[in-house]
Amino acid sequence: MSMDYEQYLSKTAIDLKPSGIRKFFDLAASMEGVVSLGVGEPDFVTPWNIRDEAINALQDGYTSYTANAGLLELRQEISNYVQRRFNVHYDPENQIIVTVGASQSIDLAFRAIVNPGDEVLIVEPAFVSYASLVILAGGVPVSISTYSENGFKVTPDQIEAAITDKTKAILICTPNNPTGTCLNKEELTEIAKVIQKHDLICITDEIYAELSYDDGFTSMASIPGMYERTILINGFSKGFAMTGWRLGFLSAPKEMVGLMVKIYQYTTMCAPHMLQRAAIEALQNSTDQVEHMRESYWRRRNYMVQALNNIGLDCHIPGGAFYVFPSIKHTGLTSEEFASQLLQQEKVAVVPGNAFGESGEGYIRCSYATSIEQLQEAMKRMERFIDSLK
Amino acid sequence: MKLSNDELNILAILEENHRVSTEAMAMQLNMTEDNVQKTIKKLEDNKIIVSYPTLIDWNQIEGKETVVAMIDVKVTPQRGVGFDEIAERIYRYPEVNSVYLMSGTYDLSVTLEGKTLQEVSKFVSNKLSTIDNVISTTTHFMLKRYKHDGVIIEGNDEDDKRMVVTP
Repeated sequence: MSMDYEQYLSKTAIDLKPSGIRKFFDLAASMEGVVSLGVGEPDFVTPWNIRDEAINALQDGYTSYTANAGLLELRQEISNYVQRRFNVHYDPENQIIVTVGASQSIDLAFRAIVNPGDEVLIVEPAFVSYASLVILAGGVPVSISTYSENGFKVTPDQIEAAITDKTKAILICTPNNPTGTCLNKEELTEIAKVIQKHDLICITDEIYAELSYDDGFTSMASIPGMYERTILINGFSKGFAMTGWRLGFLSAPKEMVGLMVKIYQYTTMCAPHMLQRAAIEALQNSTDQVEHMRESYWRRRNYMVQALNNIGLDCHIPGGAFYVFPSIKHTGLTSEEFASQLLQQEKVAVVPGNAFGESGEGYIRCSYATSIEQLQEAMKRMERFIDSLK
Repeated sequence: MKLSNDELNILAILEENHRVSTEAMAMQLNMTEDNVQKTIKKLEDNKIIVSYPTLIDWNQIEGKETVVAMIDVKVTPQRGVGFDEIAERIYRYPEVNSVYLMSGTYDLSVTLEGKTLQEVSKFVSNKLSTIDNVISTTTHFMLKRYKHDGVIIEGNDEDDKRMVVTP
């Protein structure tokens, strides 16, 4: 007897928008000889000292659970790191949680603050999971579109216009995936005023903070008046090239963290013990490698911006992350058409901008976390593709 | 010698891969190609960039296998020139790959490459040991090369293990 599964499954889950990236992945993965600008993770392997420490941790038998919030020793290192890099202080005892990837931090943050019907503002184009996580937490995602004319920076007026009496929080990601846009201190200060005026919570996803190139990086949590209303999310994936380890962390006022720890102990218990040991090493002894990787991305960013502009794909200069988000509007194609024709004709994988929200339509995300030779090859193929459209 | 940021950035690129075109370098560093070429020329003229060697794994090629020996050499330094003159008499031999003056229990570390064990032994006994002021030599034959000048010979870190599209 065949079951009609639909009636047994969660309607909320069924109604979640399928990830636009998934579709594209299946297509690209089935092809040979693809040059990929579609990868949202570093091309570096995790620095050896960190890997070595994970091996040691396994050899030494660190295989048990840890405290829910993570090893205190690691939280202490995170506290030191956040103080050193972003100039904000969090108490390792009760203001920091080590999570399974920064994604889980985001999930925890929404679950801890959202009541049914609460609206959460999301600045788009945005990482694919924010809106769905808000829905899973019982909230309503409200997107604020940003545009290339303004460097994909959200303005206080735009936020003001999106606020209703149901608005609970705003999520900001800087440097941003997919646009690479990095908000500077002045811009954050202006945004902070609106957030404070309307008494909102700010969830700031700063996973790409280590990969900021021009003006350095300012954390929203360090803006006056924001500390007490900010949930700061960061992790090891991008800056330390540790995506597959799934290690992130969040820091926030202790009243929020206490509630999140309660949720976390039921959902996950703790992040893997041996990996937490290695993360201590990452924070203590990887400054040079992180710097080396940042410089390498910075050079490739410069290359990509020029190369794309040279072949007629206009793009703003992204201040961080490893993405360039050029416009493809003049080709007359939609993002998806452009990406899929480019893949079929020239075997170059990019991600259609609409995967990151409606305001991403007319753009593509090109990741430059790949070798300069691959980037050059991709540019050659893309130029040929664009010429073929004329 | 103090270098500018542009100069340091060019060195960082070249050290990783000296075959990157000057055009690609210029684009990576927001410089003009002409400026990149001039800067490289200057670094070469100042012997900051000494040479652009290619790392070849000869041992993979039939008939081209080599034997490498590292020799600890003790010498009596000479008045006025110290170790330099003896070092020169050694490094002038083309079969000598490298010569370093060392602190510790011996003075010169000499790396030698030959086709056979016999060839290397002959050089040590006939040429190296007979140089005036060479007191003793200790020859270590290299059995396997794991890493050379920062390059791992047989590692697989280089393979891209990432999925082709990720968020």
